Amino acid sequence: MVKEEKSQYKAESKDLNFYYGSVHALKDISLHILEKKVTALIGPSGCGKTTFLRCFNRMHDLYPHNRYEGEIILHPENINIISSGIDPIEVRMRISMVFQKPNPFPKTIYENVAYGLRVRGANRKSILDEAVEKSLRRAALWDEAKDRLNKLAFDLSGGQQQRLCIARALATSPEILLFDEPTSSLDPIATSKIEELIIELKKEVSILIVTHNMQQAARVADLTAFMYLGELIEFDRTDKIFTNPSNKLTEEYITGRFG
Amino acid sequence: MPIIDEELSDLKEKILRMGLLVEAAIRDSIKSLVSRDSELAREVIRRDHQINALDVEIDEDCIRLIALRQPKAGDLRFITTAMKITTDLERMGDLAEDVCERAVELNEEPPLKPYIDIPRMAEIAQDMLTDALNAFMRKDTSIAYDVIGRDDEVDNLTVQIFNELLFFMIQDPKTVTRAVKITYIAKYLERIADHATNIAEMVVYTVEGRIIRHTEPPKHQGHES
Repeated sequence: MVKEEKSQYKAESKDLNFYYGSVHALKDISLHILEKKVTALIGPSGCGKTTFLRCFNRMHDLYPHNRYEGEIILHPENINIISSGIDPIEVRMRISMVFQKPNPFPKTIYENVAYGLRVRGANRKSILDEAVEKSLRRAALWDEAKDRLNKLAFDLSGGQQQRLCIARALATSPEILLFDEPTSSLDPIATSKIEELIIELKKEVSILIVTHNMQQAARVADLTAFMYLGELIEFDRTDKIFTNPSNKLTEEYITGRFG
Repeated sequence: MPIIDEELSDLKEKILRMGLLVEAAIRDSIKSLVSRDSELAREVIRRDHQINALDVEIDEDCIRLIALRQPKAGDLRFITTAMKITTDLERMGDLAEDVCERAVELNEEPPLKPYIDIPRMAEIAQDMLTDALNAFMRKDTSIAYDVIGRDDEVDNLTVQIFNELLFFMIQDPKTVTRAVKITYIAKYLERIADHATNIAEMVVYTVEGRIIRHTEPPKHQGHES
């Protein structure tokens, strides 16, 4: 297991349990996210990795009967972001999510990026213009999009749409970015652009990524967590996980001998 | 069964085949010396190309597996170990060839003395190789550690042989050429044992994921390992 200074923690789950009604989907997960590092979550379908990811921006609050137990502490303030006193909207400003399939709003490129800021109440054109350009630049989409900001987002290619979603996620200057299999619908070139972007973005934000592609975890992640049946089986440096995992289940999973 | 399992077992089989050829080369090289059989020595030299061919073939297999299967964890360690082991085996084959070359030269001259320590040394070195390969095949680190422990015995014999030959050379300068050649042979055998030790160390890496070479301070001076 990874032992780092607490001061490097950006967030950590402590004995996190999650229930979809009566289904116990996450079991006592204690895992930390390091500041400005990429942490990958791997594991077979149904292991709970996406469920875990979604806890971080309170996605589960959208459905009744979902229930959290335990804590997700956001540092440095030490607030428990899943406690009922915390506004999920505020959490999502600080912890943004990029989904499996590009899901831009049916709006212009510009409005997609400006959306989060407008929700926050920003309306001054100069402020929005600046934020949109900055976010598009950070998402490596500015050069391709700058002459068509008022075109519909759907006119972009799949890979561009995904980068637009990243720009949208970045617009509120989040501290943590969550990626849920961000390249599963993209071709290899668009995939490698997103991966380069992830590595670039970690200079400023902490990243948690769910991926089915183990090579992707190996390429982009500093730390990798392996989950199985709702439990955290192993969490360590990515190079350790892929060269010499400590747990037999991890070994079987990453070498394709599972089950 | 994952595709890679079958490929790894092919790889293992080839390494074993290469190991057996090297074992035979070492055994025959010493036989050609002790029984003064230069024809056997020349045959060992002729056979070396089989070992070289397997060295290349196994390397190519490993590179292909890395590129196409993206091996991880135990598979990755096994394949990288295979690449290193073949390098050691190939060098051992060359050293057996060197023994044969000196044997041919020595067989032209009257015997200096009966060979006693050289065959003993060769036997230990050969056993070390056999056991190291066995450890690799069975992924058994206890055998590997045992091999590593025996290297000192060979090193001590090298020193002993050298001292004895030194005595001959001081006594009678006419023995110098032969004595130096026998010293070479002792050195070749000592190197063979070192390569067997390398293989055993790699077995520990394959099984436990720990690189144990260079972890101890050198036990003695005057030989490169």
